[in-house]
Amino acid sequence: MEQGAETRAVAGGRLWLAAGGLLLLALASLFVGVADVTPSALLDPQTRAATLEALTASRLPRTAALILTGSSLAVAGMIMQMLARNRFVEPSTAGTIEAASFGMLMMLIFFPGAPVILKMTGSAAAALVGTAFFVYLIRRIPAHSPLLVPLAGIMLGAIIGSVTAFIAYRANLLQSLGAWRNGDFSLVISGRYEMLWLTLAFTLAAYLFADRFTIAALGADISRNLGLDYEKALAVGLAIVAAVSAIVVTTVGSIPFLGLVVPNLVSLAVGDNQRRALPWVALTGALLVLSCDMAGRLIVYPYEIPVGTVFGVVGGLVFLFLLLRRPARAS
Amino acid sequence: MIEVEGLTKRYGATAVVDDVSLRLPEGRLTAVIGPNGAGKSTLLSMIARLMKPDTGRIRVAGLDVASTAGEVLARRLSILRQENHITARLTVGDLVAFGRFPHSGGRPGPEDARHVAEALAALDLAPFRDRFLDELSGGQRQRAFVAMTLAQDADCMLFDEPLASLDIRHAISMMELLRDLCRNKGKTVVLVLHDINIAANFADGVVAMKDGRIEAVGDTGEVMTGERLSRLYGLPISVERNGGSCIVNYFRSRD
Repeated sequence: MEQGAETRAVAGGRLWLAAGGLLLLALASLFVGVADVTPSALLDPQTRAATLEALTASRLPRTAALILTGSSLAVAGMIMQMLARNRFVEPSTAGTIEAASFGMLMMLIFFPGAPVILKMTGSAAAALVGTAFFVYLIRRIPAHSPLLVPLAGIMLGAIIGSVTAFIAYRANLLQSLGAWRNGDFSLVISGRYEMLWLTLAFTLAAYLFADRFTIAALGADISRNLGLDYEKALAVGLAIVAAVSAIVVTTVGSIPFLGLVVPNLVSLAVGDNQRRALPWVALTGALLVLSCDMAGRLIVYPYEIPVGTVFGVVGGLVFLFLLLRRPARAS
Repeated sequence: MIEVEGLTKRYGATAVVDDVSLRLPEGRLTAVIGPNGAGKSTLLSMIARLMKPDTGRIRVAGLDVASTAGEVLARRLSILRQENHITARLTVGDLVAFGRFPHSGGRPGPEDARHVAEALAALDLAPFRDRFLDELSGGQRQRAFVAMTLAQDADCMLFDEPLASLDIRHAISMMELLRDLCRNKGKTVVLVLHDINIAANFADGVVAMKDGRIEAVGDTGEVMTGERLSRLYGLPISVERNGGSCIVNYFRSRD
């Protein structure tokens, strides 16, 4: 017991260290960009007003959006992997992102005047239906073929995606569709991203259910044996995933495979007990997205590379490393 | 106390469990034996509400299994199934601690910590507490799952083939442990066993099943006779008693 308490204290210390690192990176992120925002410009009375304006209108919102998106998408990926009991599942390999896009498109076509929150709700509802159908599908796939699970999800996503693209083409909305699928934070300014704060609520809700998600990951039989309402845990998890996906898709756009890479990295380091792993998943997701976006801002300065593209390269490499490092035990 | 009345489960036209009625008294270790496909696992799964019976009623510790809330039942009844494939990467300590979930609801107290430590010690797992399950051997992993069930501390414990992948020493010590739980803590333990020698030497009572029906039920000495076992398995079997131990010999036909 003594030793357990000690290792927990050390692990807690590391978590605070990582949180400190994120804070520093977030501070640095405030001063990276084309407009001249520096600490000295902030102190100089001549430039203070303009600098402060750039900071609050653009830099702060962008940094906040990056952190919120990174942490919530990574957590959504982790929940999906636990509930689907498969390491290759995340919102973009389960049809969730495509369904959320479909829902948003429908709202844009049929209720163009509806307030944003209502459009998001429509998108989330579609995401929930799509993901629930995915879960229905994978329950019918034999458990010993783990790679079929993400394949089924990708195919489901492709079908929903093509229908969505067809309708978007007819409705002249193809451009929005592209924006939903590939995250880009260059247009994030104050007044256009605040909905993302809602993801924080869902991420915290996920933490409240951490034990239940871990038990659900042990399978329906063990869950029932421990008196857990398995179907309810599944429903709560899917609702969180659908809501986060819809919010992210419709505000800044999805970042494919973030929810795949981060949970796998964290699992390797601290395991899958969600009470311990979820804070790490949220932090790592935020760190990765923030640093990829900063890299995207700096590599072709003064131009920008979208974060989705940078992450595609980084995440791809990390995932390849994970695959080679340990055999895919996704059964 | 486990009471089963008129339990039937069908898959299509075949009845896997066919009108089974059974009464397993408290504080006893009962072995369920029988050939493959006899319906042993299905019977256990239905008693533990993992599977819905087509007809019949089950009461465990006076609670109706079909209508009692899951979290209430989880403190009275536990089951460990044969195959436990887990994708999640958990430590042995984590897994065993989850056995306390029905009692702690996710907020473990000192009482829960004591049960976890006891269960780990009872199964020789204390040194592996911080190891991940995927870093253990099959037998160690199996013991971790049994430790989780022990930590759950239910009145009635059901195990489907708990000795699978255990070496002889650990198999014997696990049987001693389970017998001890019956004798000293008044637990009701029901095991599906393939090793009939283990059943003959450790069980207080035996339920012999074949083709979904109960062939024989009673005290171990009564049920475990050469004639009965030969009929049950369709193989010449003799039972030799030697002092305190009992040897079920199924090699006679090879002489």
